[in-house]
Amino acid sequence: MTGKKITRRRGVSDREIIPGGSKIVGIGLLVAGCALAASLCFGAPANPSPPNMFRPVSTPADQVFHISIFVLIITALIFAVVFCLLVYSLVKFRQKSDDDGREPPPVYGSNQVELAWTVLPILIVLVLFLATARVIHSVEDAPKPPAAIEVIAIGHQFWWEFRYPALGIVTANELHVPVSDPAHPTPTFIELHSADTDHSFWVPRLAGKTDLIPNRTNNMWIDPHEVGIYVGQCAQYCGTQHAKMLLRVYVDTKEQFRQWAQEEAQPARAGDAVSEGRRVFETTACINCHAISGTVADGQFGPDLTHLMSRETIASGAALNTPENLRLWIHDPEAIKPGSLMPAMQLSDQDLDAVIAYLETLR
Amino acid sequence: MSSDSIALNPAVESTRPIGDRLHDWVTTVDHKKLGIMYILYALVFLVIGGIEATIMRIQLIVPHNHFVSPQVFNEMFTMHGTTMIFFVAMPIMFGFANYLLPLMIGARDMAFPRLNAWSFWLAAFGGLLLYFSFIGGNGLYGAGGAPDVGWFAYAPLTARVFSIGHSTDFWTLGLLVSGIGSIGTAANIVATVLCMRCPGMTLGKMPLLAWMNLVMAALVLLAISPLTAAQIMLSLDRYLGAHFFDTQAGGSAVIWMHFFWIFGHPEVYVLVIPAFAFASEIIPVFSRKPIFGYPVMVAATVAIGFVSFTVWAHHMFTVGMNSYANSFFTISTMIVGVPTGIKIFNWIGTMWGGKIQFKTPMLFCIGFLFQFLIAGLTGIMLAVAPFDWQLGNSYFVVAHFHYVIVGAILFALFGAFYYWFPKMSGRMYNETLGKWHFWWFLIGFHLTFDFMHIPGLLGMPRRIYTYEPGRGWDIWNLIITVGVFFQAAGILVFVCNLLWSRIRGPVCTSDPWDAWTLEWSTSSPPPEYNFPTIPIVKSRRPLWDIKHPEDPDWKYE
Amino acid sequence: MSSPSLTVSSLESAWILPSRGRVGMLCLIAAESAMFTIFLVAYIFYIGKSQSGPTPKNVLEVPIFATICLLSSSLTIHFAVVALRNAKSSLFAIWWFVTMALGAIFLVETGREWHHLIFENGLTISSNLFGTTYYSLVGLHAFHVTVGLIGLAIGMILALLGKVKQEHNERADVFSLYWHFVDVVWIAVFTVVYVIGR
Repeated sequence: MTGKKITRRRGVSDREIIPGGSKIVGIGLLVAGCALAASLCFGAPANPSPPNMFRPVSTPADQVFHISIFVLIITALIFAVVFCLLVYSLVKFRQKSDDDGREPPPVYGSNQVELAWTVLPILIVLVLFLATARVIHSVEDAPKPPAAIEVIAIGHQFWWEFRYPALGIVTANELHVPVSDPAHPTPTFIELHSADTDHSFWVPRLAGKTDLIPNRTNNMWIDPHEVGIYVGQCAQYCGTQHAKMLLRVYVDTKEQFRQWAQEEAQPARAGDAVSEGRRVFETTACINCHAISGTVADGQFGPDLTHLMSRETIASGAALNTPENLRLWIHDPEAIKPGSLMPAMQLSDQDLDAVIAYLETLR
Repeated sequence: MSSDSIALNPAVESTRPIGDRLHDWVTTVDHKKLGIMYILYALVFLVIGGIEATIMRIQLIVPHNHFVSPQVFNEMFTMHGTTMIFFVAMPIMFGFANYLLPLMIGARDMAFPRLNAWSFWLAAFGGLLLYFSFIGGNGLYGAGGAPDVGWFAYAPLTARVFSIGHSTDFWTLGLLVSGIGSIGTAANIVATVLCMRCPGMTLGKMPLLAWMNLVMAALVLLAISPLTAAQIMLSLDRYLGAHFFDTQAGGSAVIWMHFFWIFGHPEVYVLVIPAFAFASEIIPVFSRKPIFGYPVMVAATVAIGFVSFTVWAHHMFTVGMNSYANSFFTISTMIVGVPTGIKIFNWIGTMWGGKIQFKTPMLFCIGFLFQFLIAGLTGIMLAVAPFDWQLGNSYFVVAHFHYVIVGAILFALFGAFYYWFPKMSGRMYNETLGKWHFWWFLIGFHLTFDFMHIPGLLGMPRRIYTYEPGRGWDIWNLIITVGVFFQAAGILVFVCNLLWSRIRGPVCTSDPWDAWTLEWSTSSPPPEYNFPTIPIVKSRRPLWDIKHPEDPDWKYE
Repeated sequence: MSSPSLTVSSLESAWILPSRGRVGMLCLIAAESAMFTIFLVAYIFYIGKSQSGPTPKNVLEVPIFATICLLSSSLTIHFAVVALRNAKSSLFAIWWFVTMALGAIFLVETGREWHHLIFENGLTISSNLFGTTYYSLVGLHAFHVTVGLIGLAIGMILALLGKVKQEHNERADVFSLYWHFVDVVWIAVFTVVYVIGR
């Protein structure tokens, strides 16, 4: 991802870098077609990697991966042994067709055998526990180095608020962190809060999940060593739209992160061309929930929109950030995310167009 | 017209007016009738809960499906879980305990027959109250609304502000009422086992089913009250302005979790220990050997009972407890696996050197053994707290607990159905249909729940009404849903078999399996009074002693 | 196959098992103890966590008199049961009545304490965490005392009608187990609320 504003066009891959004339027509048609499809099914954007915990890119996920493999091997061995005993006994001791009808000799028990199969499992448990306790301590009690990026994550129904207090940034739903070089780590330490009910932050390739619980502060950390986009979603049932409280974590290069942070810390810059849209925004109920820094809008209930256009998705990942989707979201949120807390804004078509035009300038 | 004092003549019985016969059933205090009512009640809810599951699985068969709305889906998973735990699994275990315990210990009825009836009707009413929410859940002004807060109803989602209307209150009250019934039944079971055994049946000579139901009942007594307490607190919060779980006033959402899981974890042992009991009765008979290691089985069960109260926070590994707490609950959870594993070894030891007969009850118990082994091992995986940080609240957990509840408990229950159906109805079931049931259900179970582990490992959380394509989950969800229909086919065969055999099956003797515990000495079905004279026993297998007077058990035990 | 004969041998010793009523009551007590434990844990957890409103130090007065009444009622009910065991029905009725009176006094005192807390200190169940945990815990206990009083009243009526005889002493003893349980719970509640929590 580069520092300049991305205009992710639907259906266009990263390799498309020369917008020739014919390509523009083709792309336009593609965009129109895909916008229609998008408004129906809001397909997943290209490039983010599937959330597979067995391909960790960050130390906590790494450590979990290693202990998981250890546990899987031990349990697989136990399974193999017991399974074979079971199958063997079923085959060897089945009643044969030429059975003589006599009862087999009754065996009531055996103290030695019972001792053996009590002591051995206890030993296995001990080994497993010691290995586990090490990982628990190493992940939970990791000290925070001075170079760490600090983020405060606040869970809402049904979106994520991210604040970087040291950098003066407030954003939503898409978390940007710098890649961490194992030799000189720059991890990101995230403090977890909730504004309403329980949520859980889960991006499997980066770390195990940690819950966001109201009136409680939790902590987690990640130190991803590979650039890329990592997806996850809320993992604690929080209400109707729990399923679409999606997470995207952008691991940027140090330079990309620096540029992104610089941009995000700026207040909104809007030109005169969209003053009508800005007027509509600031005089309707929008500002009750949303904040745009540098303007009168300072609502805290919904996502901060100052740099809305720097995000690839809207509605916490439920739809791609395109003008059509934005329009649909404001006009009829139930069509994208039924049960979300965004109200249908009842704007006239003219006002709606104006607002969209304004929002499109919030880069 | 009361017919409580003499054995009924079937020919006369079927000519009595239907009103009279229904009145008998509604007013009965006979443990056998109450047991059957519990079981039938549970079977009805099994089908309803199964329909709820099927609706969910159809919604999840492809990503971004529109089969049901998110609100309906959320109601489905809440009702499915609540129904299956409280109105299927618990009543069915109480039903079997009620039916079998007096017969197996040589008693005429449970210790408190009227309490027995009262408990049943309370439990039944609780279920009806919960389901009334579909009609009345949003109060006078709205249409119906079933609870949609999940079966463990985490705070503060259940607060008035987040759960509008009364759907949550139906959840609370339905379970509160049936919980009181459960405590009544549990007290009854304890008193029956401790105070009503026939002469000679010391605690060391009673069937393992009696021991295990004793431990189960003790767990119920101690575990249901925390849930009741939490529900009272929730109701106080919702209606009297209390602040137990009101995070805005300094209350704690986590304390609800602690209270709930202090109930919730022993609860799953309440469900599985009777399944162990069934296996411990059926496997010996169909291996033609006594249970291997009776005293160890008793000790292991009691140990499980105690340890089960020390593991609850393994449901809360992701809540942000400190590393010492997480470590403690890791080791306690692993420790509870030790006595559980010992039991599996003892069941294998029972089969070892025997002559195994693959009749339907035994087939289901063999399925139970395999599946409980796997379920226990995935449980060990989840006990490793860091692994749980990835797997918790994902489809891996859903797969794990369905492996226990369906793969182990339901399979053992099916085994128990087929084993004791001849005793309860006086007719033999159809063995071919029984095997069809087994194979269809086995295939469906494995299609659904084996593959369900995979989306969990790949990051799919639970309780989501839809999911994003391209995360690697699509094909697995498809296979999982396909398995549901095989299971439904198995259940259909089962119900048909029960109905057909009940009406037209061949009349059977008092002891079709050549078994050894006291219930097989009565007629099939037993008379109202169970035994003409109270038996006196000398060993754990009284009927073996009678059938083999030259080589009785009491010489060797 | 006809019912095989199982009454083969005679036993060496008499077959004596615990009484059903006693075991049943102990089961009930176990379940209720679990419930009270949870309310006690909630109380202890929330000590000092109220964000506003009246605090225990400010408003709670130790109910010494009520406690003495309730705890002595355990003694009096014991005397009643012993009297009945010794076939002294009228003595039983007198001690039973005294137990009832002491229990009623306890409830009246609780009511007076609550009246004072609500109308003079402004402490209600919705005031703060202290109010919530205090009223629910003490209230749950008072509810159990009330149920016990109803049971005692029924026993009193039966005694006055002359229907309580020596052969009923076992049942009276089982009931007294419940009453003793209510007293033990009060000791725990008293310690947590008025000693530790202040």
